[in-house]
Amino acid sequence: MHIVDGALSAPVIVVGSALAVVGIGIGLRQMPMEKIPAAGVLSATFFVASLVHVPIGPSSVHLIVNGLAGLVLGWAAFPALFVGLLLQAVFFGFGGLTVLGVNTFNIALPAVIVYYVCRPGIVGGSPRAAALWGALGGALAIALTTVLVGLALAFSGEEFVPAAKLVFFAHIPVMAIEAALTGAAVFLARRVKPELFAVISSKPKEA
Amino acid sequence: MGHAVGGGAPGLLDPANQSREGLVAGLDPRVRIIIAAAFAVAVVSFSRLDVLASALAIAVGVMLLAHLPVAQTVRRVVAMDAFIIFMIAMLPFTVPGEPVFEVFGMPASREGFLQALTIALKATAIVMMAMALLGSMEAVTLARALRSLGMPERLVHLILFTVRYIDVLHQEYRRLRTAMKARGFRPANSRHTYVSFGYLIGMMLVRALERSERILQAMKCRGFSGRFFLDDDWRLQAGDVAASFVFAALIAGLIYLEVAGVIVF
Repeated sequence: MHIVDGALSAPVIVVGSALAVVGIGIGLRQMPMEKIPAAGVLSATFFVASLVHVPIGPSSVHLIVNGLAGLVLGWAAFPALFVGLLLQAVFFGFGGLTVLGVNTFNIALPAVIVYYVCRPGIVGGSPRAAALWGALGGALAIALTTVLVGLALAFSGEEFVPAAKLVFFAHIPVMAIEAALTGAAVFLARRVKPELFAVISSKPKEA
Repeated sequence: MGHAVGGGAPGLLDPANQSREGLVAGLDPRVRIIIAAAFAVAVVSFSRLDVLASALAIAVGVMLLAHLPVAQTVRRVVAMDAFIIFMIAMLPFTVPGEPVFEVFGMPASREGFLQALTIALKATAIVMMAMALLGSMEAVTLARALRSLGMPERLVHLILFTVRYIDVLHQEYRRLRTAMKARGFRPANSRHTYVSFGYLIGMMLVRALERSERILQAMKCRGFSGRFFLDDDWRLQAGDVAASFVFAALIAGLIYLEVAGVIVF
């Protein structure tokens, strides 16, 4: 869900960019130099994952996996997803330049919310329970992103409201797919390498 | 196969123009970033269609100067997010105004059609300019230039690491997909497909984390003390100053047209 340049009004762009800067700042503060390699490699993984096409009906969609990014990275999802969006805009022509801040906020804030809502369930319970929390996080992140994209457009002009509503309903199958996928990824990671959920997002003091 | 990155295979972020020739390739990366940003800010604030068409013409001109393959770049630009295209295409039917044509009994308004056209022109002009000026340089150069323009050091390091490993991980993704295919996996609309993709991404994350542990050990082994050296000795050349003036004049001309409301051609 990359909003393009020219669709949003100036106040929405300014507010969205300011909020993104705050989020990136918090994320960077939790990322001392020791954790930069892990954050970079994980951010590259999410970049590659966002290129994956998954079949849906007769067509296919790109994954976003921002729920999974939030579960693994916590607040560091802000800088990591910003880097991905910057590279996509410059090298692939996806999204735009003036909307980078708004797009970062729309994708990274749901990731951070999922981190707070679902991470306790993922670290605590059995792998099976963790998978359910992961699935919830995957669906929640897409739902929140769609709502934020809709709000950004609605604040820019009322004429976008009907389309924004339709897009929310059109995303319900995408939520189901990201839920299944995130649940499976969490299940696998919990069994193979549970530390994955504590690399970046654990408190920096113990590092 | 191991960790070898195929020397011949093109990377995902390789600049489209490999030749390093031409007017754009000679410009200072910092100047290119500032021009692209100034152009983007100016273009989003325009509203006249003739001004926007002129801006698009300038962007196409710079793309030609950068020796970008025009057809391929246009195809990339047009391949926008399907949902965003849908939202723009809905505009003629949701903006009230004078009806010009009907689709399945729904009147399309002139005002909505013009608004959709405005957004499409702005988005295309800015993205083309960004790809021409920024997408034609190495991603690493872009990161260094951003650092010297004041981007926080840690964010620049994050960009550098991400850029470094995107191709490595993309090759790993392709290896895992080949392994799935060899076991008879075919993507379809099924729970099995989505769960398999989930395992695929989970596996990539686990391997990525183990890789990052090795990277950190290798860095420590070489005496890493928490700082990389990014200082580049870039000096503005006469060509950079000239290009800055040319673009400043072009953007000022567009602003004049927008405000004065006259078009010269």
